[in-house]
Amino acid sequence: MPRADDAFVRFEGVTKSYDGVHLVVDHLDLEIARGEFLTLLGPSGSGKTTCLMMLAGFEQPTAGEIRLEGRPLSRVPPHRRDIGVVFQSYALFPHMTVAENLAFPLEVRRLGRAEIEERVRRALAMVRLSGFEHRRPAQLSGGQQQRVALARALVFEPKLVLMDEPLGALDKQLRESMQYEIAQLHEQLGLTVVYVTHDQSEALTMSDRVAVFEAGRIQQLATPRELYEEPKNAFVARFIGENNRFRGIVEGIEGGVCRVRVGEAEVRALAVNVAGIGKPTTLSLRPERVVTGEAAHHLPNRFAGRLLETVYHGDHLRLRLALLGSDAFIVKLPNRPGMADTLARGTELVVGWRVEDCRALDA
Amino acid sequence: MTAATAHPAVSHLAATALRRHVRRSGRRRRLAAVGLTLPLVAYLLVFFVLPILGMLRLSVANDELATTLPETTALLRAWSGEGMPPEDVLAVLAREMRAAHAARTLARLAKRLNVESAGFRTLVLATGRNLPETPAGSWTETFLALDPEWGKPAIWGALRRAAAPWTDLYLLAALDLERGEQGEIRRVAPERAIYLGILGRTLWISFLVTAACLVLAYPLAYLLAGLPERYANPLLILVLLPFWTSLLVRSAAWIVLLQREGPINQILQGLRLVDQPLQLVFNRAGVLIAMTHVLLPFMVLPLYSVMRNIHPSYVRAAISLGASPWLAFRRIFLPLSVPGIAAGCLLVFILAIGYYITPALLGGADDQMISWFVAFFTLQTVNWGMAAALGTLLFAVTLALYALFARVVGVDRLRLG
Repeated sequence: MPRADDAFVRFEGVTKSYDGVHLVVDHLDLEIARGEFLTLLGPSGSGKTTCLMMLAGFEQPTAGEIRLEGRPLSRVPPHRRDIGVVFQSYALFPHMTVAENLAFPLEVRRLGRAEIEERVRRALAMVRLSGFEHRRPAQLSGGQQQRVALARALVFEPKLVLMDEPLGALDKQLRESMQYEIAQLHEQLGLTVVYVTHDQSEALTMSDRVAVFEAGRIQQLATPRELYEEPKNAFVARFIGENNRFRGIVEGIEGGVCRVRVGEAEVRALAVNVAGIGKPTTLSLRPERVVTGEAAHHLPNRFAGRLLETVYHGDHLRLRLALLGSDAFIVKLPNRPGMADTLARGTELVVGWRVEDCRALDA
Repeated sequence: MTAATAHPAVSHLAATALRRHVRRSGRRRRLAAVGLTLPLVAYLLVFFVLPILGMLRLSVANDELATTLPETTALLRAWSGEGMPPEDVLAVLAREMRAAHAARTLARLAKRLNVESAGFRTLVLATGRNLPETPAGSWTETFLALDPEWGKPAIWGALRRAAAPWTDLYLLAALDLERGEQGEIRRVAPERAIYLGILGRTLWISFLVTAACLVLAYPLAYLLAGLPERYANPLLILVLLPFWTSLLVRSAAWIVLLQREGPINQILQGLRLVDQPLQLVFNRAGVLIAMTHVLLPFMVLPLYSVMRNIHPSYVRAAISLGASPWLAFRRIFLPLSVPGIAAGCLLVFILAIGYYITPALLGGADDQMISWFVAFFTLQTVNWGMAAALGTLLFAVTLALYALFARVVGVDRLRLG
């Protein structure tokens, strides 16, 4: 019985195990809204691709149900699901031309020849490959193959488009321009996209929301901004972006702020995910939120460290300091004129950060 | 060259030097490549190419007359071929025939000539035995007196053909053709026409075996290709298991299995599928069963190798695009497996048309294939020309099949495992 407020796609307690012992996907609940661009992000083996394959119908959930527009999918064979899939390897049929590849889903649906031709033409124009109709996939570059795969997954106007690391095989520059193109198509066509990647920058730049997977569970489901700035636990903080981590013991909590003992020092941080006083915690601090010199003087967290290394990145500098018992404390500073010369190795440096920028997470 | 025309003076010199450097650095590599493959090339030359050339030569060789009657041969080649040869030719012929009779080399020639025209053997041997040292009257009269056959133009036509450096006799015979009295090509008499029938039978048996192998091997290879390697590899070894015993043993084992009192008939009778034991051996059924068994691995391996390389995402993509599993198989998997089908069929067919032992052991008289006749001519009648001509025929069929394959599928897509 479909409910009016139903999400477009809904995972309800979906569990998957191949061997009956290990759970690849562990009681997953997830809702995807119509028109949303949702990314499943995680290290390999975290269950994100399995989720995608269950949605496409190539894997069956061991338990639980997946619904599309309120309809349970478990009884719908994969070829009746009307879900477009872009595969990591593109899976363009090598014995067919580009046009034949694009016409395939339309022929299967028994569309008239004139309509097939028209739709193929439009799909190719959409990915800016008009004139490539009669090429074979092997005669195309990686980026062109990618665009054909994209066009093929969209040409039959599926309800939902799944993408399994579609840009993994491309070089960095091409990847970035393809990210932009996919995001644009999503916008223009109002597509609902579920996108799998292990590349966090891809996830952050393209998605409406990102689900971070680890060990078959979603660790955090949030917008890219939240995910980066307000990670809920140590895994997400470590996985998304760079961060400095300290292990410490919680000594006190007052109004959402906790005091944490790190070695001899005391650090004040946001109590985001702490177990209680006397319990261990992991502090997470983004390198670009650290300030140095004069600006650090009035901050509650202020420490002196010794500069071990400066790496010149052009637009910014990365400093590595020995601080709070760690010799891998990273500070990112925007590059200002003359700055690189003042930072000699071995210099004592005062650094500081705000309470709000330092998050106390699970141990 | 374009650079040289743009800046003729400098670039031309530089380009020449560059080309010289490239040549020099390439030479070492080429020498190494040649050196590494030299033993194999030499081996192939001596044990593969030369025997094939030898066989081709034997199938058109025509040296019996030239070695037995060398002077006559030379004279016959120069002779116009009208009526009987002139007296001087006959004199030389008589002298050399007598000499050959004395040296006991006439029998070989007689056998060769008998192939040209039946009855020639007796004529030559009797004449050789009875020729006088000096003619009674003219040599023409002497020959005609010994046997009036010598007056027939057909005899002299045959002798002249036997005197030619090459002959198409055997090749024509292998196709049930012969030269008529005027040297025209014609069909042999129906009761002597056997080789086209045998060729047809050979091709038909090979075709049936190939089809049976394909039908049996395709699902197996499909299954194996879909399995993880740790299951597929041991199963592949099972496929190769028959290679661990000799072909002869396997063929003989089939006689035991298939005979009237053998286990297969017992099972069929035990299951009440048949009332009478089936005749499964020493007939076509036995040949087909045993050859299919022996050749099956040659079909499985190329199919498996090609299917293993068809990425599962192709079929998945087809299904995600709306094709039913059967349609995805038919439109995507099957076409992509065509190189394996073609390679397997080519391999099995080519091996099958040359089969000898299995049909010889398991077949009846009407199930023998071309190779049996090659063996027959080599071992029993010692007719090298005929054996070589049949071998050449087999070779030509193989080449034709390969050309067809190259045309339809493309040689670069051939995968044998």
